[in-house]
Amino acid sequence: MKIGAPKETFAGENRVAMTPESAVLLQKLGHECVIESKAGAAAGFSDKAYKDAGVEVVKSAAALWKAADIVVKVRQPTTTEQKKLAAGQTLISFFNPAANEKGMKAAADAGATVIAMEMVPRISRAQKMDALSSMANIAGYRAVIEAGNNFGRFFTGQVTAAGKVPPAKVLVVGAGVAGLAAIGTATSLGAITYAFDVRPEVAEQVESMGAEFVFLDFEEEQADGSASGGYAAVSSPEFREAQLAKFRELAPEVDIVITTALIPNREAPELWTEDMVKAMKPGSVIVDLAAEKGGNCKLTIMDEKIVTDNGVTIIGYTDFPSRMGAQASSLYANNIRHMIADLTPEKDGVIVHDMEDDVIRGATVTHDKKVTWPPPPPKVAAIAAAPKKEKPKELTADEKRAAEAAAFKQETKTQVTLIAAGAALLLAVGLVAPASFMQHFIVFVLAVFVGFQVIWNVAHSLHTPLMAVTNAISSIIILGALTQIGSGSFLVVLLAAASVFMTGINIFGGFLVTRRMLAMFQKS
Amino acid sequence: MEFGFTTAAYVVAAVLFILSLGGLSGQESAKRAVWYGIVGMALAVAATLIGPGSGYWLFSVVLIGLGGMIGYQLATRVQMTQMPELVAAMHSLVGLAAVFVGFIAHFELNRVLGLSGDETKDLGTFAALLAKKSGVEISILRVELFLGIFIGAVTFTGSVIAYGKLAGKVSSSAEKLPGGHMLNAGAAALSLLCLIWYFNTGGFFPLFLMTLAALFIGYHLIMGIGGADMPVVVSMLNSYSGWAAAAIGFSLGNDLLIVVGALVGSSGAILSYIMCKAMNRSFVSVILGGFGGPAGEQMAVEGEQVAIDADGVATALNEADSVIIIPGYGMAVAQAQQNVAELVRKLRAKGKNVRFAIHPVAGRLPGHMNVLLAEAKVPYDIVMEMDEINEDFPDTDVAIVIGSNDIVNPAAQDDPNSPIAGMPVLECWKAKQVFVSKRGQGTGYSGIENPLFFKDNTRMFYGDAKASLDTLLPKID
Repeated sequence: MKIGAPKETFAGENRVAMTPESAVLLQKLGHECVIESKAGAAAGFSDKAYKDAGVEVVKSAAALWKAADIVVKVRQPTTTEQKKLAAGQTLISFFNPAANEKGMKAAADAGATVIAMEMVPRISRAQKMDALSSMANIAGYRAVIEAGNNFGRFFTGQVTAAGKVPPAKVLVVGAGVAGLAAIGTATSLGAITYAFDVRPEVAEQVESMGAEFVFLDFEEEQADGSASGGYAAVSSPEFREAQLAKFRELAPEVDIVITTALIPNREAPELWTEDMVKAMKPGSVIVDLAAEKGGNCKLTIMDEKIVTDNGVTIIGYTDFPSRMGAQASSLYANNIRHMIADLTPEKDGVIVHDMEDDVIRGATVTHDKKVTWPPPPPKVAAIAAAPKKEKPKELTADEKRAAEAAAFKQETKTQVTLIAAGAALLLAVGLVAPASFMQHFIVFVLAVFVGFQVIWNVAHSLHTPLMAVTNAISSIIILGALTQIGSGSFLVVLLAAASVFMTGINIFGGFLVTRRMLAMFQKS
Repeated sequence: MEFGFTTAAYVVAAVLFILSLGGLSGQESAKRAVWYGIVGMALAVAATLIGPGSGYWLFSVVLIGLGGMIGYQLATRVQMTQMPELVAAMHSLVGLAAVFVGFIAHFELNRVLGLSGDETKDLGTFAALLAKKSGVEISILRVELFLGIFIGAVTFTGSVIAYGKLAGKVSSSAEKLPGGHMLNAGAAALSLLCLIWYFNTGGFFPLFLMTLAALFIGYHLIMGIGGADMPVVVSMLNSYSGWAAAAIGFSLGNDLLIVVGALVGSSGAILSYIMCKAMNRSFVSVILGGFGGPAGEQMAVEGEQVAIDADGVATALNEADSVIIIPGYGMAVAQAQQNVAELVRKLRAKGKNVRFAIHPVAGRLPGHMNVLLAEAKVPYDIVMEMDEINEDFPDTDVAIVIGSNDIVNPAAQDDPNSPIAGMPVLECWKAKQVFVSKRGQGTGYSGIENPLFFKDNTRMFYGDAKASLDTLLPKID
């Protein structure tokens, strides 16, 4: 099959869908490559470099579209380009299918297959062709660089002979791929970085990148991020309020704000309001990566850089990846190459469009003269859903009081029953036993009672010393032997002496061991 | 009068003993509490020597001194890991002493009863006390000393067997003679018959026969209990020795004996209760021996145990921020507490949050692990109880299981047919990573397969705990 990359027609687009490097690898899959002259010029790849890589260079776009079986592109095709799509031809490109029904219909009618790069499902196997992530990574990096470019001070704090420089404070809103890349870049430049995301489960990732996660003082059952393929979902109004309040608190402190909050197929949520912009220090910079979808800050103007009255720069560029044409092209071309590799399972240059494959099915928006968008949900879940924790139901104050009262009643009941039963038992014994016995019996009962009261309080960790000390104390039986030793026969003296001897061992052994043990317990 | 002084001393001693036990509620006050106990004991013995039991007092002092020397030697030489054996051995002495004292009371009683009224005047104090008793009182006395001997005898053989099991001199598995519980029941019935016989005749033979039966019960009962239940057994024997002392106190009419016996008895009973609760088993089922048969098929354990070497463990520990160590009897056997403490010192020096999680029945004695860790100078404020720490496992990077098995067995929660189902366990598998230091692939004391070892986040660090830690320590930097 012949794979061709035309020159991007979108104004200011520097990227190209095929690099000399990716072309070599494509040829190894048994394909031939063709490119439109000057297609890679803006990204720094000359026609000569392509030729050296064995790529056929054609003069015009028309010639390329005619020659290629598979056309690879970056930007969504224009109407003119779309007209060039022929039956049996495959287009691999960003296609924005959610807002491009006309384009899909036209392609389907023409009999062409379209693979939309933004539709690559978010599963581990497809990560190598996830162009959204690779482009977001670049955007995040570039956003910090742009911010630095427009920020009049250092990122890192320094103490110099000429004075002390405080470090810049950067707030990254939305910790997706772009957000994380921005965090990594900002921290490595030396800024103090804070990050926020509506998905609390990303806090760990944020912290792993060196930023501090901004936690909200808000408790709500958060939508499980795994349900939406790892993307953020819309949050409740209460949550939004809590979030905005937190941002208001942060606004006067931070020097650079990078907003990356996007919700798939929706307008970007407004997170950085006008009053927050007003609260910021002059010279601060806002980079709104969501500018294309309306912006996380309503002051953002798409594709422009503005300076507000209070001296805050707001950057609304949407072409961050394109601004890093060489890097973006090589990553995007690799994504494309991986996609084609998946389409060429035998590595023999023959395309097998397997509609049973989760990744290929997901990304394909037109095939066999039919629009195949939206795709069915992938068979493999993107992220293993975290098992839901059942929270114990919060009791109301009344219920709590009722429960306490019931517990108190129950306790009183058992105690009264026990006391009554014990008293009855004592009385029964007292009726038959002689007074001298009862005298001792009372002492016994009281001692058991005291024992129970005292032992419950013994610390868990002191149970072994407790055993040792009770063991030593139980040698009190020596008193019996001592009182007996003086009276009676030789046998009595012998037995009593043996008892005294043994308990003597016990007394000394028991107490000494206890002391030894207790002496070891120490505080740090 | 001398008697008045003795009673006063007894009251003071009793108060001191109560304070001594009560003082064990905290580590710091416990150090003072031991002294209360020692002073109380000294006071009681001194008062008795001066007081009613004046005969041969020099001889008695010499005997106590001799016994004391042996006790001193034992107490200073014993290893902390051998503490359970020592405690069990000492219980047997108390049991035997109770048997002897009971027999003496019997001989004296018969001698006094054989005398005519006039001769009683020149008798020793104890005999004189007996001579004053009426008919009903003598009957009660017989029951009391009978009980004292019975409990004492059970305590004696029971403690000897417990000692043997803990010291590894007797097989620690649950063994029963053919006939099982019927033999115990038979011996108990025989003892009851002897009681009635003795009650009516006061002869020596039924007493002797009962003693033999009780000795057998003690032996057979403890033989039938597995090693893992030893904490309960030891505290139960502790309780018995107290009840024996109390029973003897009744027969001798000595209030201090009664008070202290009751204190020790109730203390042991409560400890046994706490242990049983920690294992979610009823006291009766522990006493009747071993683990009950499973109600159904146990869940099969799938997967394999994945081994890891010291380098892997060291890397994980170096990267971890929070570590929880779960020691068990295996640490005591391998004498590894010093190495564990050294590991903890190293990790803590690097600012990591290291804590110990102690299961109530870890080891072979209640609080066994606390004592071993204290010996190794681990600060007690990082040694946590199960309830304090169980919720922290999900936030923990590394959990290290050293020589424990059943107390970290997830089957207790997951498998209703497991013999230990319902027993509260340390949920270490919720930590991000679990390392199990273990001698080999065998099952633990209870012989139950442990699914923890097969979990995805579990790595087996095979080898003797001490040797393993020795190789691990230099790699922690």
